[in-house]
Amino acid sequence: MITAERKPLAEIIDSIDDCRRVLLVGCNECVTVCSAGGRKEVAMLASALQMDFMKRGKTLEIREMTLERQCDPEYVEQLAPFIGQVDAVLSMACGCGVQEVVRRFRDKRIYPAVNTKFMGATERPGVWAERCHGCGNCMLGLTGGICPIARCSKRLLNGPCGGSSGGKCEVSDDIDCVWQLIWDRMKELGIEDRYEEIIEAKDWSTERGGGPRKIVREDLAQ
Amino acid sequence: MEKFEPVIVAFCCHYCAYTAADMAGTMRLSYPANVKIVRVPCSGKVDTIHMMKALEKGADGVMVAGCLDGDCHFKNGNTKAAKRVAFVQKLLEEIGIEPERLTMVTMSAGMGTRFAQIANEFTEEIRNLGPNPVGAALKAQPAADKVA
Amino acid sequence: MTTESVLEKVMKAGHVGVTGECGPPRGCMPDKVKEKAELLRGYVDAVNITDNQTAMVRMSSFAASMILRQVEMHPVLQMVCRDRNRLAMQADIIGAYSHGINTMLCLSGDHMQFGDHPMASGVFDLDSVQLIQMVRKMRDEGKFHGGADIKEAPKMFVGAAANPFADPFELRVARLAKKVKAGAEFIQTQCIFNIDKFEKWMEGVRERGLHKETFIMAGITPMKSVGAARYMRNKVPGMDVPAELVDRMAKTPKEKQAQEGIDICVETIKRVLDIEGVSGVHIMAIEWESAVPEIVKRSGLYPRPEV
Repeated sequence: MITAERKPLAEIIDSIDDCRRVLLVGCNECVTVCSAGGRKEVAMLASALQMDFMKRGKTLEIREMTLERQCDPEYVEQLAPFIGQVDAVLSMACGCGVQEVVRRFRDKRIYPAVNTKFMGATERPGVWAERCHGCGNCMLGLTGGICPIARCSKRLLNGPCGGSSGGKCEVSDDIDCVWQLIWDRMKELGIEDRYEEIIEAKDWSTERGGGPRKIVREDLAQ
Repeated sequence: MEKFEPVIVAFCCHYCAYTAADMAGTMRLSYPANVKIVRVPCSGKVDTIHMMKALEKGADGVMVAGCLDGDCHFKNGNTKAAKRVAFVQKLLEEIGIEPERLTMVTMSAGMGTRFAQIANEFTEEIRNLGPNPVGAALKAQPAADKVA
Repeated sequence: MTTESVLEKVMKAGHVGVTGECGPPRGCMPDKVKEKAELLRGYVDAVNITDNQTAMVRMSSFAASMILRQVEMHPVLQMVCRDRNRLAMQADIIGAYSHGINTMLCLSGDHMQFGDHPMASGVFDLDSVQLIQMVRKMRDEGKFHGGADIKEAPKMFVGAAANPFADPFELRVARLAKKVKAGAEFIQTQCIFNIDKFEKWMEGVRERGLHKETFIMAGITPMKSVGAARYMRNKVPGMDVPAELVDRMAKTPKEKQAQEGIDICVETIKRVLDIEGVSGVHIMAIEWESAVPEIVKRSGLYPRPEV
């Protein structure tokens, strides 16, 4: 999933401080799963904003809506009946969702209420960790199914640096040394000798090197 | 000046605090009449949004009352509640509302005296804090119209 | 001889190679570079010039290396993968070689988090193994990484680092093997304090015959005080300073600690040079370059051979 975290309230408040009516839009997909921008978080943020404005003697009307998928035009369309009644839209979706709303409603101010973080997985309830960097040319098959691009602080492709200690990364004890994980996995699979195959310099043109990326499925494209 | 009587919402777990409150009543222990008790099946059933809404709608203080550590009827509802209270306290701090307006307390069903004591102490604490700034605004102006 | 590198010549002639280290200044102070280098003149074959070490901005390794060339000393250009992509790296390599810098050390680089610019973006376009491969390709095939021919290719003597003390230990020989396979011709190790562990690592190196394919230079650092010993033991990632050494420093009166540090250093050099497969020492007397002459002399490594 794409993970996110709510922005500091002061920043959110600052972006809509001159507004009287706001549409607060969540998303039912990734940000719901990582508890950043689903229906619940929308309600919490609405309540907090409401209290903040009231406390300062100002009024704010908030309409809460949580779309099935904010990165999909057919769901974004559901905002159309309400968009004319508000001064701005506050989106709790990831950056993709925010921009879909922007693309559909050209003349409306849209602000993000979350910081989009990374593509990750639920490590345990309440904890999400980065897993994929979207490099565009998956090499998990070479590294025992564990990604050094997303999970090594220096994205080293040929083994651990000299700072790996007790299974942890030199950057922080909260970070597992991914090369320790890869090595352990290679041993479990009995493929340790594969470690010594040099992984050639990565072609980053499939990542950001080639500019903004696009996927076109000819059979589906309209 | 009129003495400020704070409105307190107490979410009370059916298995402990609610019974304790009941007992306080039968024991004829006095606690402020402005403590509004909401019976819940478990303190773990109280969501963060309930705490927020209580304050947003004008309560001066909110208390979540659950079972003693390790005594939850549903295993760990009380520890979940405590974490949620801490989460909302941080959010309140962000919007400049005293986090002390929200508190988590624990007791057993037999602690009628403790309930009354806590209710009195918390009310006193909130009285010292003064009215919820949101509540003051609520009184000053009619509720805003909903969008659409 | 594949290159003009003095370090290569010394070790290929069968002598023990000796390198020192010079951290460039944090400002436009060319004299500081010369000052530090002069302390090492005649006592080492080449001087490593660090590249924004510990992720702190310093005079570039390339520029400071040039200053060493101006005073006719031999720099080892260090290059980290943290700060440059492959275009900048290759540009610097041909630039450096054009100024007579013919020896380099390929490193991943300390993470930005440790320096004074934790907000910087880490480049890591290549890793150290891939950097070694690239420099060798430039030299041996006369080609840029992208495949185009280089007119007048840089003939660098290529080195890499190894840390026998980091985890997972069992992977450390394999990691070295990978660097050797990529083309590392000399290896400078992390500072050695735990000699037993280093010996164990060298055993693994010999089993694989890696010491015959590359020159292993043992990393040595003199400790100036018990404070420095404790700092390295507790704070520097990938360092293994045994408690006995810290105790030994602690038991020494404060005014004699620096001397004790030099003694330990000389003892360490003598022990590691007895280990089969060790071809040289890399003395990292960080901000204590003045200690190097005594260390080299007492280790029986002075005078340096003429090659």
